[in-house]
Amino acid sequence: MVNVGSPPAPRRSEGADRLGPSLPGSRAVPGRGEEVEETLKRIQSHKGVIGNMVVNAEGIPIRTTLDNSTTVQYAGLLHQLTMKARSTVRDIDPQNDLTFLRIRSKKHEIMVAPDKEYLLIVIQNPCE
Amino acid sequence: MATKTPKRGKKAARGKKAQNLTLPAGEETEPVNMESMGHPEIYPLVLTTKTQEIFKCRVEEDVTDEQPYKLINKETFFEDFKNRGPISDFYPVKKIIQEYPGEELLLVYDKDFKYGLNFYLIGTEEGKENYLNPPEVPEEQEEHKDYISEELYIYKPPVSKPWVSLGSEKEIEEESVKESTKQIRYMISRKRSRFGAPIKFSDQNASYVKDAYIECTAYPDKNFTLKQLEKDISMQVVPEIKDMSTQTKWTYPKNATTQYYPREFSEKEKKVLQQSKPLADFLESVSVSVEIALQQNEITNTFIDDWKSLAEDEGMFGDKSDTHLKEYQSFTDLHSPTEKMITCVSWHPTIYGLIAVSVAERLSFEERVHFSGKLLLQPSLILFWSFSDPIHPQLMLESPDDIFCFKFCPSDPNIIAGGCINGQIVMWDITAHADRIENIKSGGSRSKKAVLKPMFILEPDSNKEAMYIRHCAVSSIENGHKKVITDIHWLPDTFEINRVGSVFENRNGICCQLVTCSADCTVCFWDIRPQKPSTPQPTEKKKEESIEIPFDVPSTFLHLDLSWKPISKEGEVIYTDWKMERDPETGRLTTKKPVSLYTVHDGAVHTVQRSPFYNDIILTIGGWNVAIWKENVMSGPLLQSCCAPKRYTSGHWSLTRPGVFYIGREDGYVDIWDLLEKTHEPALSQNICITMITYIKPWTFSSKQQFIAIADYYGTLHILEIPWTLSRPSTNEMSSVNHYFEREVKHLDYVEQRKIIREEEKNEMELEKEKKKVKTYQKSKEQIEAELKADYESYLELEKSVLIHLGLIKLSEKMSYIDL
Repeated sequence: MVNVGSPPAPRRSEGADRLGPSLPGSRAVPGRGEEVEETLKRIQSHKGVIGNMVVNAEGIPIRTTLDNSTTVQYAGLLHQLTMKARSTVRDIDPQNDLTFLRIRSKKHEIMVAPDKEYLLIVIQNPCE
Repeated sequence: MATKTPKRGKKAARGKKAQNLTLPAGEETEPVNMESMGHPEIYPLVLTTKTQEIFKCRVEEDVTDEQPYKLINKETFFEDFKNRGPISDFYPVKKIIQEYPGEELLLVYDKDFKYGLNFYLIGTEEGKENYLNPPEVPEEQEEHKDYISEELYIYKPPVSKPWVSLGSEKEIEEESVKESTKQIRYMISRKRSRFGAPIKFSDQNASYVKDAYIECTAYPDKNFTLKQLEKDISMQVVPEIKDMSTQTKWTYPKNATTQYYPREFSEKEKKVLQQSKPLADFLESVSVSVEIALQQNEITNTFIDDWKSLAEDEGMFGDKSDTHLKEYQSFTDLHSPTEKMITCVSWHPTIYGLIAVSVAERLSFEERVHFSGKLLLQPSLILFWSFSDPIHPQLMLESPDDIFCFKFCPSDPNIIAGGCINGQIVMWDITAHADRIENIKSGGSRSKKAVLKPMFILEPDSNKEAMYIRHCAVSSIENGHKKVITDIHWLPDTFEINRVGSVFENRNGICCQLVTCSADCTVCFWDIRPQKPSTPQPTEKKKEESIEIPFDVPSTFLHLDLSWKPISKEGEVIYTDWKMERDPETGRLTTKKPVSLYTVHDGAVHTVQRSPFYNDIILTIGGWNVAIWKENVMSGPLLQSCCAPKRYTSGHWSLTRPGVFYIGREDGYVDIWDLLEKTHEPALSQNICITMITYIKPWTFSSKQQFIAIADYYGTLHILEIPWTLSRPSTNEMSSVNHYFEREVKHLDYVEQRKIIREEEKNEMELEKEKKKVKTYQKSKEQIEAELKADYESYLELEKSVLIHLGLIKLSEKMSYIDL
């Protein structure tokens, strides 16, 4: 099983690191798919989580636990919002970058973890 | 220069010294004098400082305010003339000085520039004398005047004095008008006969006749041509302006639409992407922070305002410990001859204090048939009661037969639909009286002439008398129900249903469809709009469809929502979907089979009601107990009460508290259940009347006032006020009740699972038992064999011993045996 040797601390904008030793995406490694599954399942099992989805850099959903129409809507809207938030942060200080975006509403909280290529969106209902 | 001097003299200001200096220089004309001012002897002069030094008339030294003059000898002047000649300041007045009779001339310093210049010379002896010795007449005159004011005035006739010319005759001469030219005189004569003769005028063209006119043509006279050498012109710079115009091409408007759909990956692509390394890396790096965030939310809700949630209720209105329903008012119809009971109660949706009650005869079926003749004469009514008048009903709606249930139309509170005992549906329209009943609260002492409409029959007016209103539409007896209509509901104004049973969105926004269910096992949908082809009765209802319920127990009440639950008399609750499907075999329209069937209540179920707070919680009341159901939970009711001592006859959810409902019993008691207090018995039980309660309906008027209308079997309607504690929900009551229901659901699940487990256990136990049985069976088989063998051996022994005994076998043989 190929083990990704990076420590679990979140790393930003170091694509070279990943792209260097990484293989092109078409090579399918069975271990990775499982890891992805496992991580997403773990996230989904948290208390109050309504759904989650992984969206690519253009806002096209890759994987989701919600129904299609909802997913597409969330993906489109949040993708734009994340881009806007990121550009805001970088306009103020070009050395800075967006690491996490949390939107709290009356009914639930939407968390967006952006990255260079993907977005992880989690919707949680925080109230007991 | 001569013309300018008078003007100059009159200007008393500082004067134009510069002008003055230039003009006298080098001119041998007449000296300037002040003749114009009436002092021809005064010659103003400018003396320079040099001159002043020469003549010793320096300003402020030789000539001062006290002595502003100086007498100067003639010879001094002549010397000055000799020395300085034309530049001498006195040159202009040289002539005067030469002609001066006396020896000394008076030079006066004109400090105030009275004559325009700083010095002046007096040219006559007289003037000099006058100046030096001013006449004392003015002073004398002043003295004289003062003196005389005390004495009598003595009249002195005016004495004519010789006229002294002061220059005025010159002015008069100038002003007077004289003829400058001599007048020419003409004398013209003609013969006398010519005068007065008739004259004939005719036109003549002047240019044809010679010498008919004389003209003075204008000609440019060279003497008067002026060549303008200078001209004042103003110029302005302006930018170059160009006028241009354009026009856009007008194209006709066109409708254009766009449609988009989101980009999506195909399944294959998704799979590929999911396997990719970048995604895995991304998730790994990101999942930590996401999980931290998720856990934060789980631990605590950081946005709760603790201060606010600490507070319980706002100031209590009324006594906190008061939990009883207080009697507010009660209404009875005293006019009706027979005994009536109230079958249905409904509050007016918009008007405060108005409640409608349907009364019916309190007779059983046989009695009805028996008295049918008498009953026909008496009208069956719906009465409108108002809080302001407990004796007289405000309005009475007539119907052909006893009404069993009725409802106000939600979108138009002036339309009421009711279902009769004979299966007809009746409708009333009280728009004409709407304003009358709206103003009921104001005492009703207005005598207003109501406009008569042909549909309504009004009794002769006296305000205290209630109005009888006849129905305005009735369903036909052949097409309607065959038995009593047990419940009627208006379809909410967003739904519409057509003949096939599919639900449409109602564009009108008004309720136009009714659902009724009756004891003949049918549910009918009615549409009250007029049919498309014009019919003589525009308000006739048309029946849309009827759903046959494929069982032969009559249905009682139904409560309407997207999928409804009709109830059966035997206490069964059925849950079906109302869609109609085409039966593929016969092509008829049939309903779906009922989904589930429960027997819960052991008496007639008469109330099914959705909770006003939760969409999927339903209360059913019937027989001796109460049940609460949740939709989609098929295993059973969430709560089922134990049997009560008395039958439950009516019930209703509370409108403001999610966990409270009211149930009426047949002995006149009202049970108030509070799910948060006790779930096994009512929280409060209160006696209202002595007879069976037929209907309960609470209503909220404001946050502080809530009423509950309880109708009983004897025809009295009681209005009670709900106390504060029962009407006001606590802050998190909704979530608590929700929790309770969820717990119950879980409990049901658990019970289900337990059942399954028990089943399994049971099976297991059975299996074991089976196994055990099998094993024992096997064992006994061997045993039997062993036993058989042992028997056989013992038998052989026995045989041998018998033979020996008989002596048939010898001992030696015996010994061989023994040896063996």
